[in-house]
Amino acid sequence: MTTIHVRYFAGLREALGPQQTIDLPAGSTVAELRALLLPTSARHAELLAPGRAVRCAVNQVMAEETALVPEVAEVAFFPPVTGG
Amino acid sequence: MTDAPIRTSTTTTTASRVSIQTADFDLSTEVAALRAADGGVGAVATFIGTVRDSSDGHRVSAMELEHYPGMTERAIEAMIDAAQARFDIRAARVVHRVGPLAVGAQIVLVAVTSAHRGQAFGACEFLMDYLKTQAPFWKKESTAAGSHWVDARNSDDAALRRWGIDAANASNPANTSIANNAGKP
Repeated sequence: MTTIHVRYFAGLREALGPQQTIDLPAGSTVAELRALLLPTSARHAELLAPGRAVRCAVNQVMAEETALVPEVAEVAFFPPVTGG
Repeated sequence: MTDAPIRTSTTTTTASRVSIQTADFDLSTEVAALRAADGGVGAVATFIGTVRDSSDGHRVSAMELEHYPGMTERAIEAMIDAAQARFDIRAARVVHRVGPLAVGAQIVLVAVTSAHRGQAFGACEFLMDYLKTQAPFWKKESTAAGSHWVDARNSDDAALRRWGIDAANASNPANTSIANNAGKP
């Protein structure tokens, strides 16, 4: 088990709060982490549900759902980006 | 007289390539700094994005921009590295504002210098297409009906794909991997 620092931005930040920590089995993927976050609250279950357009960054680099989460990691979930 | 000022004037300083700021920016000042002391520059291409007064038929009264401090800067630095590798350019600079912005306000500046115009035009467009879909910024618009987060556009993903980069933002292939993983032992 490793403790992962999860951050949220934009609409997800407003609904879920700016951050939370969660214990994650070593060798888990981003998708597995996202699935573990679903039971946190009804809002998590809705907004992080599979099929929702949610982007992810691991240690501040864009990551696919299949990416492994390192033992020491800041993982961020956020909506598709809309800058520029 | 000391030799300190002489050293200063002959040292090539690498100016900051990326600025994320609440303050406005000045095009002339930015371009002058980018061109400074580089006699090889024959072309400067710039792009400025501004806040429109309407969006999808709704009148916009103001905008708020959020970013991911640290990641945003690193992501754009990496985009400039990619532009340097792909185009024959001399320098590039990106300024992006965050926080509250009024209608008409400048949001983003991309400026690129090169020897000839083709590479500068190309790199400027490449950087904007990349930034639109891969830099962590989020726009929240205020209208008479309240405020809402702006939806990403599939057309922006398509714009990046023209450069051979298939990194989806608005579209949603990433979530198919969740479905795929669901059956994993």
